[in-house]
Amino acid sequence: MTDLLRPRAMGRSPRRVEGPAKVTGTAPYASDQPVHDPVHAWLVQAEVARGVVTSVDTGRALAEEGVLTVLTPDNAPRLASTEDAELAALQSHDVDFRGQVLAVVVARTPETARHAASLVRVVVEQRPHDVRLSGDRADLYAPEQVNGGFETDTAEGDLAAGLAQAAHVVDRTYTTAWYNNNPLEPHATTAVWSDENLLLYDSTQGVHTTREAVAETFGLSPERVHVISPHVGGGFGAKGTAHVHAILAAMAARALPDVPVKLALTRQQMYSLVGYRTPTIQRVRLGGSADGRLTALAVDAIGQTSRFKEFAEQTAVPARTMYAAPHRRTTHRLAALDVPVPAWMRAPGECPGMFGPEVAMDELAIACGLDPVEFRVRNEPEVEPESGKPFSSRNLVACLREGARRFGWSHRDPTPGARQESGWRVGTGVAASTYPVNRSPGSEANIRFTAPGRYRVEIGAADIGTGTWTSLAQIAADALGVDHGDVELRIGDTRLPKASVAGGSSGITSWGSTVVAAARAFREKFGDRPDDGDETCVAMPESSASDDYAMHAFGAQFAEVRVHVDTGEVRVPRLLGVFAVGRVVNPRLARSQLVGGMTMGLSMALHEHSLLDERFGHVVNHDLAEYHIATNSDVPDVEAHWIEEHDPHTNPMGTKGIGEIGIVGTAAAIVNAAHHATGIRVRDLPLTLDHFVR
Amino acid sequence: MDGEVELRVDGRTRRLRVDNRTTLLDALRDGLGVTSPKKGCDHGQCGACTVLLDGRRAVTCLSFAVVHDGAEVVTAAGLGDGERLHPVQEAFLDRDAFQCGFCTPGQVCSAVGVLDEVAAGHPSAVTADLTGPAELSPEEVRERMSGNLCRCGAYVRIVEAVRDGAR
Ligand code: FES
Ligand code: FES
Repeated sequence: MTDLLRPRAMGRSPRRVEGPAKVTGTAPYASDQPVHDPVHAWLVQAEVARGVVTSVDTGRALAEEGVLTVLTPDNAPRLASTEDAELAALQSHDVDFRGQVLAVVVARTPETARHAASLVRVVVEQRPHDVRLSGDRADLYAPEQVNGGFETDTAEGDLAAGLAQAAHVVDRTYTTAWYNNNPLEPHATTAVWSDENLLLYDSTQGVHTTREAVAETFGLSPERVHVISPHVGGGFGAKGTAHVHAILAAMAARALPDVPVKLALTRQQMYSLVGYRTPTIQRVRLGGSADGRLTALAVDAIGQTSRFKEFAEQTAVPARTMYAAPHRRTTHRLAALDVPVPAWMRAPGECPGMFGPEVAMDELAIACGLDPVEFRVRNEPEVEPESGKPFSSRNLVACLREGARRFGWSHRDPTPGARQESGWRVGTGVAASTYPVNRSPGSEANIRFTAPGRYRVEIGAADIGTGTWTSLAQIAADALGVDHGDVELRIGDTRLPKASVAGGSSGITSWGSTVVAAARAFREKFGDRPDDGDETCVAMPESSASDDYAMHAFGAQFAEVRVHVDTGEVRVPRLLGVFAVGRVVNPRLARSQLVGGMTMGLSMALHEHSLLDERFGHVVNHDLAEYHIATNSDVPDVEAHWIEEHDPHTNPMGTKGIGEIGIVGTAAAIVNAAHHATGIRVRDLPLTLDHFVR
Repeated sequence: MDGEVELRVDGRTRRLRVDNRTTLLDALRDGLGVTSPKKGCDHGQCGACTVLLDGRRAVTCLSFAVVHDGAEVVTAAGLGDGERLHPVQEAFLDRDAFQCGFCTPGQVCSAVGVLDEVAAGHPSAVTADLTGPAELSPEEVRERMSGNLCRCGAYVRIVEAVRDGAR
């Protein structure tokens, strides 16, 4: 158990400290950083999904005035490490997916670079490709483990017997689509290479993780790589690991010493070069007794990976935590395809993995004749079902009850298709949310007293819109026992002490714990009246809490859905979520995070779908005109609330992480509401109108 | 081929030579170092590059700089009055109508444009009465702000902020 910090600054709602810079547009994102006389890089990408490059003709490109160099697999320098195949830029003549970078043109202006890129002739001997994900492929395989280091398969009891005992069985297959993260800021890197030192202005969820990846790839010692990223225009996982453009920018910079090279991806390029969420196929089997208790629970999840690098989404993992059932199993299988490598997207595992099961829970509740809120309450486990560990705190039931109260659930007529208002069928639905409390190792924080009365807190953390600039300073203030305004926080630069990546909702747990430890060490060493220049640097303390406790945040989301009687158009006039996420550091900012996650969940439910052209192996709708994300008029009313939760086990702040849980369960709540409205059960996302026009 | 243009940007007159292929957005950002408008798509699909162009909101990625000789450009950096932020910007801070902030300069310029349009009585696709004065209902704001995407999902707060900013 940790010593919980007494909240003074925490729990208050100061506005974002970097807010004035953001509303005026003066906060420098990666490509806004002023550099002297930069040159510009443009990529040439593969137009087939599989093959071998047989020749590259750069003659016409090089003949253009203003073109400085063209790097290709023929002339690119050898990298020190190609262990991460995604970063092995221009190291081989093999084409592994459509969109792979085959050349990079560097020129004095972006217009010239782009035009010259169109003049590079790459001849590729095409090979047959295979990009089709389906549940009946003979070559599906079990990865060694899935993302997050979880076991691939688990089983307990006798699933067949559990299903046989059941009074009601749901055995259905649910699918989620291919999603692209699409942070509003496209990935961008500006690289300057001078005297074997590399400076990168990058858009990243972790300056130190980017530094490590780049240093390793080029065989540099990490101190020679300096990464700066004070503001990030969203990431949602897509900037959580280094992608190939950072390597290409550095490579081009090495070819042109002392000259800043700017490389900004286009929106279209982001659909093949920066990761995405794999489509999933989830067979869910639930058995329920006559009185509505689960007798059996199974989730068999199938996803895709690229053939050249494996990523295994942990889709079935949340089912290991959610509900009690004596007989259970979860499995993960992968198809290795000639596609770009999938990666993290907001709540990998939980987001897709709470879709199938939470719709299935709705189906089984109806089969058992129970209210879906009640049905979930009835299946609350006493301990985490698969690990057997007690929960450090679990308030799913409180979220369901409080959500039902706020939403006005008790007046609901459960009959599907019972309500119609001026041409719209109206329904309501519910689903649960969950996200683990993650703690990433490897952070350090430095605290320095700078007269008069100011404390400089330094840690190479990130703010990707999450509010770190503000909330981490609030934590530091409480840890030091000073006012929020007396803390000067510095983040987003590898010159600052090491910090873990902003991913897995682990930022505040990891960096906050580190800052608290540093503050305590500082006070121990220097007392309450330090001298100017006193400073101390401390690493994140170990915690064994996860050995003893299952630590997760929970939530319940309620949706109202309207489906037009004639056109099948689907609208979501109302979304309401109640969450149990431990202590909330800054309510103003936390609400934005939760509402933002729910809004992205709504977007996933109604619109998002990367459409693969199997003939060519690319996402056809690769821009924001055709890959629809929710717009302002799609989102009339989204409310997020939380219950008071005191968890002494997670970390000294008592927080659980709030960046991802908001997107978990939203799509299921909306699908369940659409069923309530129409009686039509949709099991394949997105919820487009063709599902309802019969 | 190059051309020369004169632009008035956030109150300052600037002359520059531009490639005829250079968009107004790139001219501002790369040519003049005015990085307040952002490039989210370069195709007129996201609104991040919105500025007030001769007093009306416009995306800057969809037209070439050479055609804007003599234009007046106001970016989010030039909306305020000296050190004082524009009321819409203050409202964005109060409502926390953003997270990553990348769409925000465009949202803010768009919002100021919307307020002017409503004040001038311009109807939108959801305006019921085309003859009466335009209103600033939440539905109207949502409709009028829908050309500005926000991947962080700050929409409900943006609507509140735009309406606050009108007061
Ligand atoms: S960058 Fe101009 S609309 Fe997206
Ligand atoms: S605040 Fe991030 S895209 Fe709008």
